[in-house]
Amino acid sequence: MFDSLTTKLGGVLGSLRSRGKISPSDVEGALVEIHEALLEADVALSVVTEFIEIVRARSLEALPNLQSGTNQAQAVFEIINEGLTEILGGNARRVRFAKQPPTIIMLAGLQGAGKTTLAGKLAKYFADQGNTPILVASDLQRPNAVTQLQVVGQSVGVPVFAPEPGNGVGDPVKVAKEGIAFAKAKQHNMVIVDTAGRLGVDATLMKEAIAIRDAVNPTEILFVVDAMIGQDAVRTAKAFLDGVGFDGVVLTKLDGDARGGAALSIAHMTQRPIMFASTGEKISDFDIFYPERMASRILGMGDVATLAEQAKKAFDPASSAKLESKFASGEDFTLEDFLEQLQAMSKMGSMSKMLSMLPGAGSMKKQIENFDESEITRTQAIVQSMTPSERRDPKILNGSRRIRIANGAGRTVKEVNSLVERFGAAQKMMRQMRNGGTAQGMPPALAGMGAGMGRPAAKVIQKKKSKSGNPAKRAQEELG
Amino acid sequence: MGLFGKFISKIKGTAHASESDWDELEVALLAADLGPRLAAQVITAAKSAKAENAEAAIIDTLRSALSKKSRALVKSESGATVILIVGVNGTGKTTSAAKLAASLVGEDARVLLAAADTFRAAAVDQLQTWGERLDIDVIHGLPNADPASVSFDAAQQASARGVDYLVIDTAGRLHNKNDLMAELGKVRRVIEKVLPVQEVLLVVDATTGQNGLTQAQVFAESVPLTGLILTKIDGSARGGIALAIEQALDIPIKFMGTGELASDFAPFEPEIYIQGLL
Repeated sequence: MFDSLTTKLGGVLGSLRSRGKISPSDVEGALVEIHEALLEADVALSVVTEFIEIVRARSLEALPNLQSGTNQAQAVFEIINEGLTEILGGNARRVRFAKQPPTIIMLAGLQGAGKTTLAGKLAKYFADQGNTPILVASDLQRPNAVTQLQVVGQSVGVPVFAPEPGNGVGDPVKVAKEGIAFAKAKQHNMVIVDTAGRLGVDATLMKEAIAIRDAVNPTEILFVVDAMIGQDAVRTAKAFLDGVGFDGVVLTKLDGDARGGAALSIAHMTQRPIMFASTGEKISDFDIFYPERMASRILGMGDVATLAEQAKKAFDPASSAKLESKFASGEDFTLEDFLEQLQAMSKMGSMSKMLSMLPGAGSMKKQIENFDESEITRTQAIVQSMTPSERRDPKILNGSRRIRIANGAGRTVKEVNSLVERFGAAQKMMRQMRNGGTAQGMPPALAGMGAGMGRPAAKVIQKKKSKSGNPAKRAQEELG
Repeated sequence: MGLFGKFISKIKGTAHASESDWDELEVALLAADLGPRLAAQVITAAKSAKAENAEAAIIDTLRSALSKKSRALVKSESGATVILIVGVNGTGKTTSAAKLAASLVGEDARVLLAAADTFRAAAVDQLQTWGERLDIDVIHGLPNADPASVSFDAAQQASARGVDYLVIDTAGRLHNKNDLMAELGKVRRVIEKVLPVQEVLLVVDATTGQNGLTQAQVFAESVPLTGLILTKIDGSARGGIALAIEQALDIPIKFMGTGELASDFAPFEPEIYIQGLL
């Protein structure tokens, strides 16, 4: 996401970095490029102009007080980062809960923005936090929107209130009202109302949205918008703000390669926070929107914060603690630990998504997108085909054991060999890390990951690390 | 009439437009999603013309960005003409497939629809509802069936029933998902075992920004695109991205979707579109 903007800005900042001392005219040069990059990213012109002014003023103010060298480029970088974060809406806000349940969330937006899919994702998100949401099908316009919501509701295990068949039949205001009454009677603490998509200029449908709003008095109205939207974003957002009004924004289809300028513009022009981001077709591809993280991502600084959070969610604290103490006491990291981590990692979501959160991921976009996810499954299969003693001490793996493992896992001996080899390299790296090497705060799982993956991952990781002379690579070279 | 109209009336009768007038023009062109490149071309052309000719220069530049290719549907000489509808999620593929089928039926052609969007919840139902409304048969498979196999079946049915057109709706896919793009290539190859695919139409939402260009580029790499359908042009968006696509990739816009009714669909009219941009 935001890849193209990242690439562009990356170039600008790189050229700033390559200079020893930055003059005001260097800053001007960079600003011209940033201007163009943001326009190509569909950021509204007024927002671009304002942003450029902020960065210019702050950079020129900061420059004289800085020493020459990379510090200066870094300072400009920081200023851009801060400016982006501010424009993206500063600190994120969470959904407000009604004092008197149910909390009512109403979704509004253009056709095709992804409201119905999002309704399901929201329901799942809140249900996972212990709420008892119910979905209300008030989109009676689009053919089979009601059916779609029912299918979505079923797949996330959330009930759907859909008394009307839709396809132009039924009164959406009445459905919404009855939905709230039903939710109260059944003690649901949250109601998510899906409404028909409408164009910003469509007065009739806007009136309908207002009627629904007035009938259910929502706690939050969320404006759902497609990340690929162009300059019309601002007009549309304003039309909705002036029409039905909204309290927060949800960005969808952020897994595309849209440059996401709409995000910047809408947040800035409406002064409404972007609250959630939807990043894929799976129900779980959904998260809270973090402006500061997004700004880092735009600048190609990676999104380590999200990665760490997901890791925390997926890894069982007890096993992490066990691993840590093992690590500290000087015990070796075994294939058993490795298997545990692989399993935890597959809980974290797709590998390509995790890799794309690492700093510098922008330059490896293609490799990451084409990452073969089943590689993890294959690796797991190989480890699972080993006996416990083999897992603890891979040194005992002779030829016949390897053949047995390969047969058991349905892989070739070559693949078993390469896994064992790479695992050895990872083990070595862990030892080096313990001896005060690279303690970059990388969780052991991720360190192991580089070694454990099959060919594609190994390629990806090597490519990135080869620049930094990572011990993993050195160890691997020593082995080879 | 947006900023652009104001610009024209302002510079009419004056020798030179002021710097701020040019800025306003740039804002107007960018606001129509023409993109920085086309916008710059238009401004250069307008600047080099005299004030009273500026309007004509602008329109000429926009007109010259249009593709020279035919905007008519290609028809198979014998057998059914297969039209594949593709695009990213939420652009209006299913609706466009149904509207296109309806307009063909309106020309007394025999049409068959196929629901090869087996992924999105209720997409098949959506097309079936349209089919019932329009009295057009819809070929479909089970949910999550292989879209290529549904398309293959549809092609066989189309050729067995001797219809004139087969319109195939496919699942929305983001163009940076390589596996899904590969699937699209496969769908086309499989259909071609039965019938030639005459038209592959990319559905582009008029509200799309500069990403539309990338979409078209990447889709064209997977399947040879023969035209565009520009949808949701009834809103406030002017759909300048379609012109940017025509210029960059030489793919003609063939149809426009202008509303929610089956009849809100028409062959593309370049002159009306260009007037709409301004």
